[in-house]
Amino acid sequence: MLLTVVIFLPVLVAGVLLAARPPDRAAGWTWVTASAVELALIGWMWWRYDPGPGSTGVVDGIAYEVDLRWIPTVDAGYHIGVDGLSLPLLALTGVLFLACAIWSLREKNEPRTFAALFLFLQTACLGTFAALDLILFFVFFDLTIVGMYFIIAGWGHGNARRSALKFFIYTFVGSLALLVGFIGLFLGGEDRTFDMVALAENPPLADSPVAGGLVLLAIGLGLAVKTPLFPFHTWLPDAHTDAPAPGSAILAGVLLKLGTYGFVRIAMPILPEAWQRWAMVVVVLGVVSVLWGAFVALAQRDLKRMIAYTSVNHMGYVLLALGAAGLVGQADEEARTVATVGAVYQMVSHGLLTGALFLLSGVLWDRGRTYAFDRWGGLAGPAPVFAAAFAVAAFGSLGLPGLSGFVAEFQIFAGSLPGAPVATVLAITGILVSAGLFLLAIQRLLTGPLVVPTAAGADSDDGGVDPERGSAGHAREAATATLERTPTGTVTRMRDMRGPELAAVVPLLVLSVVLGLLPRALLDVIEPAATAVAQLVAR
Amino acid sequence: MSGDPGAEFLALLPEFLLLVGAVGGLLLGLWTPQHRQYRVRAVAVVACLASAVTAAIALTGPAMTVFEGTWAVDTVTGIVRIVVALAVAVVVVLSASAVRGHPRETEAYVLMLLGAVGTIALAASTDMLLLMAAFLLASFPLYALAGFAKDARGVEATLKYYLMGALSGVLMMIGIAALVLGGGSTNYAELAALLPDASPALTALGVIGVLAGVAFKAGAVPVHFWVPDVTAGTSPAMAAYITTIPKIGAVAAAFRLLAEPFAAVPLDVPLLVAVIAGASMTLGNLAAFNQTEVLRLLAYSTVSQVGYLFMVVAVATRTDLDLPALAVYLAAYAVTNLGAFAAVAVVPGARTIGEWATAVGRRRWLVVSLIVCLLGLVGTPPTAVFVGKLAVFTATWDGGLTWLVVLAAVNTVASLFYYLRWIAACALGAPLAAAPVSGGGDGARAAVVAAQQSVRTPAVVLHSAAAVSLLLGIGAGLWLSVALPA
Repeated sequence: MLLTVVIFLPVLVAGVLLAARPPDRAAGWTWVTASAVELALIGWMWWRYDPGPGSTGVVDGIAYEVDLRWIPTVDAGYHIGVDGLSLPLLALTGVLFLACAIWSLREKNEPRTFAALFLFLQTACLGTFAALDLILFFVFFDLTIVGMYFIIAGWGHGNARRSALKFFIYTFVGSLALLVGFIGLFLGGEDRTFDMVALAENPPLADSPVAGGLVLLAIGLGLAVKTPLFPFHTWLPDAHTDAPAPGSAILAGVLLKLGTYGFVRIAMPILPEAWQRWAMVVVVLGVVSVLWGAFVALAQRDLKRMIAYTSVNHMGYVLLALGAAGLVGQADEEARTVATVGAVYQMVSHGLLTGALFLLSGVLWDRGRTYAFDRWGGLAGPAPVFAAAFAVAAFGSLGLPGLSGFVAEFQIFAGSLPGAPVATVLAITGILVSAGLFLLAIQRLLTGPLVVPTAAGADSDDGGVDPERGSAGHAREAATATLERTPTGTVTRMRDMRGPELAAVVPLLVLSVVLGLLPRALLDVIEPAATAVAQLVAR
Repeated sequence: MSGDPGAEFLALLPEFLLLVGAVGGLLLGLWTPQHRQYRVRAVAVVACLASAVTAAIALTGPAMTVFEGTWAVDTVTGIVRIVVALAVAVVVVLSASAVRGHPRETEAYVLMLLGAVGTIALAASTDMLLLMAAFLLASFPLYALAGFAKDARGVEATLKYYLMGALSGVLMMIGIAALVLGGGSTNYAELAALLPDASPALTALGVIGVLAGVAFKAGAVPVHFWVPDVTAGTSPAMAAYITTIPKIGAVAAAFRLLAEPFAAVPLDVPLLVAVIAGASMTLGNLAAFNQTEVLRLLAYSTVSQVGYLFMVVAVATRTDLDLPALAVYLAAYAVTNLGAFAAVAVVPGARTIGEWATAVGRRRWLVVSLIVCLLGLVGTPPTAVFVGKLAVFTATWDGGLTWLVVLAAVNTVASLFYYLRWIAACALGAPLAAAPVSGGGDGARAAVVAAQQSVRTPAVVLHSAAAVSLLLGIGAGLWLSVALPA
């Protein structure tokens, strides 16, 4: 019951916001309050979470479980619950949405609808993580696409509508592939059920490798588009770059996790045989994503696009680990468990750090209406707080010890090495590249002589930022930027972060440091479930 | 059973109530002044509701055939009875704003009720001759409805509709003649036993002819050419009727044909139907891509929706899930499609997407309901069509037509493009209002349209349809337990 409240409270508040039409400021604070209550409830759930001795999650020891009949004809039910895989991600969702709520207190453009959409999206995300029924999972999974589409298209900048459409089409293709795969699981099982727990206990299609492989292909395709893995990642840079800052933060921090979470929750336990057979392909795709994401990020001249590509890189690590966890012949159970733990840890860590990075890039957009590297420089002087926060997030993202990224990546590599040594070594070079690109970004943005965008420059130089964008859009943005100018001339003032901006970003970074220094709190939750996944996939 | 006329009469009570509504409405209309014609409307709605209630009660009874095995009273009939009766009630309410004060207002409602009787007969008949009669009964009221406004576009559309109908009717008669010639009976049950031994050529001719007639009523490829012209040529409420009601009966009739007389013929009839389904969804979607007129867009969308409905027909009796899938998708389609047409009826003057968006402007709830209905047609959860698509895909795959499932999934993605075009125009028009959204030609007309007052009843219908679409999606289990009592 508590879990149901947690899932549906945001959408209820959204309905109230739309129906009651409170003043803009009140709407913003209602959103913050609702998100804070959500986080408190999730915190309470975490506090009371006690799966009991010996129970592992995934197939038993699921807490806060509710199982109601929904469509009995196809045995689809409202089955939700929490275990060591979903709890960290539920908490991550709560934290990131609260950060975005605080950040958006300054939103001027239809703040009511904006808040309502985010609350709707929060319900969809929480529901996806809590779902233990394939159809329920799909319902929430699809709703996230709808919510995010309107956020990007309505509140984005640049070529927002085109990017939003691209996002919708790509991920909708993925979700339909996922649906086809789910139907395959349903028809392939002996019990004819959509229940994930029942399917994981009694995996379908175990003795038909071709059908199992095809169903895994469909599910994998659906999740890979969402994750996104190379070569299905092309929607991501556009969607991220043109989304508003909180939209990017949620897109990267939470929505991408829906894909990787689906691999751990659905593909691995329910199709163990096929996952083992194709584990090497997953590993290779993961490594290609790692390297591709890193090198393409290195080539970007736009901060937000760069961060977007590092997401491809980071999700590649997750897939490398999950693939390695399926290499049953080559690695022992302990290594495969470590890899799985690392993958889940990486999801949380990436959510916090990339969420923070995208919000920080929103500061630049707010001040100067551009993300181009060559238009910013020496920001450490006028904006020391921004510089410090950006540096912490960047170092965390490149995997510096002491931050959560290190714990995650260390476990991923340690767990993957026995099974896939060559791939792991290749992926470690990806770390070097991403270290290089983050250092380069810090150098360009924070050090050197002060450079801030000028309105005149924004007009003349728009080709350099992104050749695809129409110049009309840029002229409009430049006109808005002039509002920020000092009376003396053409220079944008670089105000440091303050108020809501600080309150949104700093907790994310603090959490990342806490998880980097005291990983036990999170590991204790993840490990039993990860062990269960590693055992289930070895069947 | 056939010996007891009282019981047979009771079995047809839902149809009888519709007929009473039609005749009673006609008589009442004769003696009612022009400005009080809402009484006739009330009679029609009450008749529909009563018919639906009695149909729901009849569903709990055992399946049987009456009138010497020509009329089946079973689950399929029951589902069609309920859905058609409720849908007609909605259309009667929806059309009120368009035909209010019209000199032939009563006739519109009466024709709708008669068309409903014909549609149910189409779904219930288990005899080729009754099927033909039902085809005609479900056709003629609709010709009159299509040309109700008597304007140039309407007359042209009616003529096209009538000619296509006549052609399909003739094909159907030839088909029935061939089946009678080959099998020696018109009864479905007897044909099912006799056709396997009949001449394959005659059987093939018969199957194709009969399916052509049914496909015409359903608006499926290749006899769909009337759909866009009729839809765009008539008023939104009539278009809602013509694209929703007869399809329900036609799909059910096709389902029954494949389940009984065509089940054992030495031809791959399921494959033929699967090809019709695939062609309908694909061509409907492709044709919808470039439509800027809302009614034409919806017309092609209904052609593609019929494709999904025919998927179930193709696997009739080949899977346990055929009936649930049919029950869910028929109801879901009716609700959602009526909602979409109600959205058009809210601003009757708006022809194109741009005009519609401008006219609705910032009335947020209208846009929200439209989004629910259009995304519902795409099949986004948790709307009713999503559950329908889930059931249809599952049933089709279970019936062995995996390629059709993949084709349908691809088509679902394709359909997103044109629905999203409409959604984007009205949901996102406001934040980007500074930029010129479309070409200048639209501007003047849009202003005129915006100045018109939009109509209230259709707005209520639109909101209700959106709500029911969501509720039916979430409560799909409940609807199935009503439609298919175990």
